[in-house]
Amino acid sequence: MLMPEPDAAVLARRPQLVDALKRLIDPAGVIADPIALRAYENDGLTAYRQPPMIAVLPRDTAEVAAILRFCHQERIKVVPRGSGTSLSGGALPLADGILLGLGKFNRILEIDYDNRCAVVQPGVPNLAISHAVAERGFYYAPDPSSQIACSIGGNVAENSGGVHCLKYGLTTNNLLGLEIVLMTGEVLRIGGKHLDANGYDLMGILTGSEGLLGVVTEVTVRLLRKPETARALLAGFSSSEAAGQCVADVIAAGIIPAGMEMMDRPATHAVEDFVHAGYPMEAEALLIVELDGPEVEVDHLLSQVCAIAETNGATSQRASASEQERLLLWAGRKAAFPAIGRISPDYYCMDGTIPRSKLPQVLARMDELSRRYGLRVANVFHAGDGNLHPLIMYDANKPGELEAAESFGADILCLCVEVGGVLTGEHGVGVEKRDLMPRMFSDVDLDQQMRLKCAFDDKQLLNPGKVFPVLRRCAELGAMHIHRGQLPRPDLPHF
Amino acid sequence: MTNEISPTSAADLADAVCGALRDKAPLQIVGQGSKAGWGRPDQAMRRLSLARFTGIRSYEAAELVMTVGAGTLMSDIEPILAAKNQQLAFEPADWGPLWGKPAGQGTIGGVLSCNLSGPRRFHSGAARDHFLGFTAVNGRGEVYKAGGPVVKNVTGYDLPKLLAGSFGTLSVLTDITVKVLPRPEKQRTVLLFGQGPETANDAMTMALGSTHDVSGACYLPMDLARRSRVDLIRNANAAVTALRIEGSGPSVEHRCAALRQIVCDAATEELHSMRSLAFWREIRDVATFMADPETVLWRLSVPPASGARLAGKLANALAGCSWFLDWGGGLLWIALPPVEDIGAEKIRQSLVDGGGHATLLRGPDDLRRTVPVIEPGALSALLRRVKQAFDPAGILNPGRLSADW
Repeated sequence: MLMPEPDAAVLARRPQLVDALKRLIDPAGVIADPIALRAYENDGLTAYRQPPMIAVLPRDTAEVAAILRFCHQERIKVVPRGSGTSLSGGALPLADGILLGLGKFNRILEIDYDNRCAVVQPGVPNLAISHAVAERGFYYAPDPSSQIACSIGGNVAENSGGVHCLKYGLTTNNLLGLEIVLMTGEVLRIGGKHLDANGYDLMGILTGSEGLLGVVTEVTVRLLRKPETARALLAGFSSSEAAGQCVADVIAAGIIPAGMEMMDRPATHAVEDFVHAGYPMEAEALLIVELDGPEVEVDHLLSQVCAIAETNGATSQRASASEQERLLLWAGRKAAFPAIGRISPDYYCMDGTIPRSKLPQVLARMDELSRRYGLRVANVFHAGDGNLHPLIMYDANKPGELEAAESFGADILCLCVEVGGVLTGEHGVGVEKRDLMPRMFSDVDLDQQMRLKCAFDDKQLLNPGKVFPVLRRCAELGAMHIHRGQLPRPDLPHF
Repeated sequence: MTNEISPTSAADLADAVCGALRDKAPLQIVGQGSKAGWGRPDQAMRRLSLARFTGIRSYEAAELVMTVGAGTLMSDIEPILAAKNQQLAFEPADWGPLWGKPAGQGTIGGVLSCNLSGPRRFHSGAARDHFLGFTAVNGRGEVYKAGGPVVKNVTGYDLPKLLAGSFGTLSVLTDITVKVLPRPEKQRTVLLFGQGPETANDAMTMALGSTHDVSGACYLPMDLARRSRVDLIRNANAAVTALRIEGSGPSVEHRCAALRQIVCDAATEELHSMRSLAFWREIRDVATFMADPETVLWRLSVPPASGARLAGKLANALAGCSWFLDWGGGLLWIALPPVEDIGAEKIRQSLVDGGGHATLLRGPDDLRRTVPVIEPGALSALLRRVKQAFDPAGILNPGRLSADW
């Protein structure tokens, strides 16, 4: 993985920069000790490590603005970070950059039940919001699996999803307002407690922008009432085709379950050995379908889903009869990653989305790749929305295996694009999939995205080296020589 | 007179944009022109029609996605979805009649470019929440694509969000991929009669904060309720608060009963299936209640719990106005007689404390030239840079959203 070449002139100014930052903000929030900086060297994509030049931990929006204004003046790169759980290296530091940690932004500022929203600081963990409003029966819907740790600001940057996003949407569908700081230090408020943008949808474009457009310093999220009940069905199938058809038939019947998860046989075996949830070991594909709402609705729809599973030749079915049993049925799925960690020294989690109908084809090709690379793979799949998480097992201590795993992963993502899907469903591009972007987008497509970046960050100082495979200067991107008659297509007829 | 160009392919359309760039001849981008009365009247020299970008490119009901030409009529798309028991969950409104145009003329490109969402907005999201991907031509005359063909995708910037509601000022959409969802099996509407505005707003807040999954919540003062074509509403002789419940049969019955329990202080009635459908279509399209094309029409998006208070304040300040609330109080519609003061200052000033924004949806041309369409305040400079990132020469719908660009 190539990152932009560190700027020697910037590195040479490190002591002066540290002093200047200590004058700008509370000096305790400026970390320059090389040992202490090691704590920031990676995010959730642990294969890549790079300590930042300096880390800063501002306490409030004014300090964030001061830091960014200073860095803009001095042309210093900045990498923003929430809890650092990104699985795509979105918060990987730069050798000549400042890591801007938002961990001190950890307060819930307001809970407004009448307007069904909460105003929170970006460092608040996702799950803490739901905990804070649970007493009144509310929750915040997006539930990425790292929700105990991942920050809401990071969720905004990555447009995080979770197992319930088929029914309740991703982060972008559950936001009302943002306060952001641009690279120039300008503080802007977008949205509020009302719906829809006044002008262009800046909140929509900031969400999922992977920290390249602005630093989020406050978030207003929508709150929902927790459904009265939820029940889960566990169904085993003798093939991924049958399980996939069952999912398609559930949707065709007009049912959008709260969650619809699939696991292949290797994943099922790994978790059953670990969690002992009573999963059927003979199944080639396992489906968990969760329905939520009033009891009468849940029971009614669950019986329909059971009938659909039966029609598709389910080899086993088990519907939860109690909350305890529902949690047990989920326990395996939720422990899928650590369960793989138990049977392999290392694993690499991928994240592509495919049209669901292509699942059998994709699994068959993945099987071939697995044999070719000599690496095992297990699959967990957000089946409702086609988001596939292959877990590639490798041993980093064996020379060449990490590289093989990465190459295998890249092949899988290219396969996803080839069958009509996309490179990433919820983990983001970051550094991990950066160089694969041309597989999905042409130069013209990418140039248009980079021009938007220039509207927010004309010096390209915010999280450079992420998302886009080639860094081009804004002046170059903006050039359109209309005055010299050099249109993109100068040979065109007049109308 | 305006020249009209009607290209047939994205490449032709790109040529048209390049031609306009060379001639410095701004383009007015139209589907069917059903919403031409909204926004600043523009003075583009050439009209670029998307009338030939029609048809369903692909529709995978089980994958919940549909790709269509941007100029496809909504009235052509809806029956195709209905045949598979699906719909666009954001309940796109048909607003042509608000400007005296026939119903059923809107295109999918127009719906997304205006981010048109109906009464289900607070429950199921806006048009922007269902806009997955597109092909378009930018103001440099380049064909590009963004987003993707699947329901879950975070690859690259979410440009569909930005183009939703951009009024054709950033790019010309040619192909559009949207998320489609099942139609609810059944719907009913619980009606509460004779509530005052603030009591009604409280009832809506209580309903939306309950576990009963309400998907529509509006309040019609008596003068407007009388204009409904749905008998139970028209003949109520009272203000009407309406709460919609949708879903599977047993669930709808159960939730309606439970909802009546928690709001039992008012006289209640229920609208079933067809009547409920007809009523929410009226709320969605607005024209039944605010038909007179001579009246000035404002649309305010505000924090939902304070909608009625704001309505009361503005009703006092604006003589002769009529109004109603949708989105559980979060959407306030105001119609004013065509007097000199169309209330722009009073309305926008009223939003300063609580937040929200107001859009002048209908009004005489000269007023629409002077009253800003959007009031982005501190965001103005950034919006202008965003515009320039897509359309540096300012040839796509110039002046439609902002007098400056």
